[in-house]
Amino acid sequence: MIAAGIDIGSTGTKAVLFDGEIRATAVVPTGWDPAGAGLAAFRQALDAAGIAEEAVGRVVGTGYGRVSLPLFDKKVTEITCHARGAHFLHPETRTVLDIGGQDSKVISVDAGGKVVEFAMNDKCAAGTGRFLQVMAGVLGLSLEELGLIAAGAEPARISSMCAVFAESEIIGLLAQGVDKGRIAAGVFHAIATRVQGLAGKVSVSGDITFSGGVALNPAICRAIGSGLAVEIRVPAAPQLVGALGAALVGYEA
Amino acid sequence: MSEPCTPTLLKINALRERNAIALKVAKDHGRKVVGTYCLFSPVELIVAAGAIPVSLCGTSPTPIPAAEKVLPRSLCPLIKSSYGFALTDTCPFFHFSDLLLAETTCDGKKKMYELLGKMKPLHLMQLPQVQDEAALEYWILELKRLISRLEQEFSVQITPERLASAVMLLNEERRSLKALQDVMKRKPAPITGIDLLTVLHNRGFTVDKREAIELVNRLTAELTELAERGVSPFDNTTPRILLTGVPVGVGSDKVVRLVEELGGSVVCFESCGAYKKVDPVVPGADLLRSIAEKYLRIPCSCMSPNHGRLSLLERLVDEFQVDGVIDLTWQGCHTYNVESLSVKHHLQQGAGTPFLQIETDYSESDTEQLRVRIEAFLEMIGARLGG
Repeated sequence: MIAAGIDIGSTGTKAVLFDGEIRATAVVPTGWDPAGAGLAAFRQALDAAGIAEEAVGRVVGTGYGRVSLPLFDKKVTEITCHARGAHFLHPETRTVLDIGGQDSKVISVDAGGKVVEFAMNDKCAAGTGRFLQVMAGVLGLSLEELGLIAAGAEPARISSMCAVFAESEIIGLLAQGVDKGRIAAGVFHAIATRVQGLAGKVSVSGDITFSGGVALNPAICRAIGSGLAVEIRVPAAPQLVGALGAALVGYEA
Repeated sequence: MSEPCTPTLLKINALRERNAIALKVAKDHGRKVVGTYCLFSPVELIVAAGAIPVSLCGTSPTPIPAAEKVLPRSLCPLIKSSYGFALTDTCPFFHFSDLLLAETTCDGKKKMYELLGKMKPLHLMQLPQVQDEAALEYWILELKRLISRLEQEFSVQITPERLASAVMLLNEERRSLKALQDVMKRKPAPITGIDLLTVLHNRGFTVDKREAIELVNRLTAELTELAERGVSPFDNTTPRILLTGVPVGVGSDKVVRLVEELGGSVVCFESCGAYKKVDPVVPGADLLRSIAEKYLRIPCSCMSPNHGRLSLLERLVDEFQVDGVIDLTWQGCHTYNVESLSVKHHLQQGAGTPFLQIETDYSESDTEQLRVRIEAFLEMIGARLGG
């Protein structure tokens, strides 16, 4: 059976087709139309695999937009999906760190990939992809550039976790003539601190897998790894882990 | 979710409006009314003074903006709501109260009461925050001070006989409330947690305690009968949730609604208006001491240490066949927020019951975030139950 997992996130919408192995994937921006993005990602993945929509046995939706698509046979939260996806990619995973566009989570999983415990950020952008985006914007950089100039720099101290206050803090640092690279490193350091705080709420143990779109940025991986004093594993396509988990839920149902 | 409904359930749901009118009638006949905010209020003394004890409003978000003109925004929503109701004169029970009875439970409340005392006569009881012998002696003195105030205020005498009959009446009330909540031990529970909460909330505003006891007993009988016939909005696989933490009521029930909307069943409330309330006064040689003992035992997070809450929780998780515990904490409620970690560790070291802390307020702004947490929690429990 072919199962599809569609993860409609706040920034990106991801689709994975699975039939015992990953057949095709797709990533599209969510934009203002989560339902449209879900369909577009699904069709893009079908095209890539050369599979007709009718051939798909089950479609499982996840992510914040999971409620908006009639196509779904089942909806599962991104917490369960990231746990399943991370477990499939690396069965020794006992902790999943997921930083998406609008929230971050630390999930504790057992040997079977089941969720044991989890913690999520509060209802603000602190420690999320959105925070990174806003800060990159203040510095006039893309996310890639933000990561590049941060490499090797001594992090400037950014104490505000709130995206709004951190923005004014960065403007203040720029006015003082602080090097952009140090500010960029400070931004990654601030997120790492936030994630460490979140990780403190669950029992972090075993191998840590870092999923979600933010994990594509090597600078944040370095900052979090050194903050938690452990090595974190980043899958080849971390942004697809949730959609993969959803496809697995459909495949195994 | 099909909603089983019983005649008494409908009647109790309509109680709140009727009670406000009944209260006015009683006032017109010269009865005195004492408004209370908290489970620590020794209601026996009010009843023995011939006055009517009523719970005051504090579970609706509506008056919060008015309260925030005076109180800090970061204060807990329960305190802001209570104060806002008083300020806007929109709680009929506050309106009709001749005296307010308050206790020094948490910092936010006791300072709010200082402001409230400027609006209406208010008697503040100094509640000790430890549950030992010395505290009990002090608390007995506070009960005596309340007796003097009530006797003076209402020109009555609280005789030992009147006190004894008040204890009997309130023990009867607690027994009936315990029996009602114990119906939820049935698997599946015969009604939703929201329905149970509405009943517990509404009966707090009743004027005639005997009538309320009657109603609750009748409802218990009806629900027992439903359970016997296997009628329930749930089935045997529905995750059974215990809600612990801060006080909840109609208007501050969004978490309860979300849990049940997402496929859970709230079977037990380890909270002030619910299971924390059912512990009786055990009459001894000195009745006032017995009353003081009962109230000082209440396992509120303002007590330090508060081992009583942990052992009560452990017992309820077992008795109600609970699959998961949700600890609800209001933003700005430091005592429950900090205590959450102890609750989590206690449960983890015990039966390993899944645990989720939720920190929120009365507003709807975080509903979507809460939905993800609660849904994931229920999925996690479902995966556990499914093997």
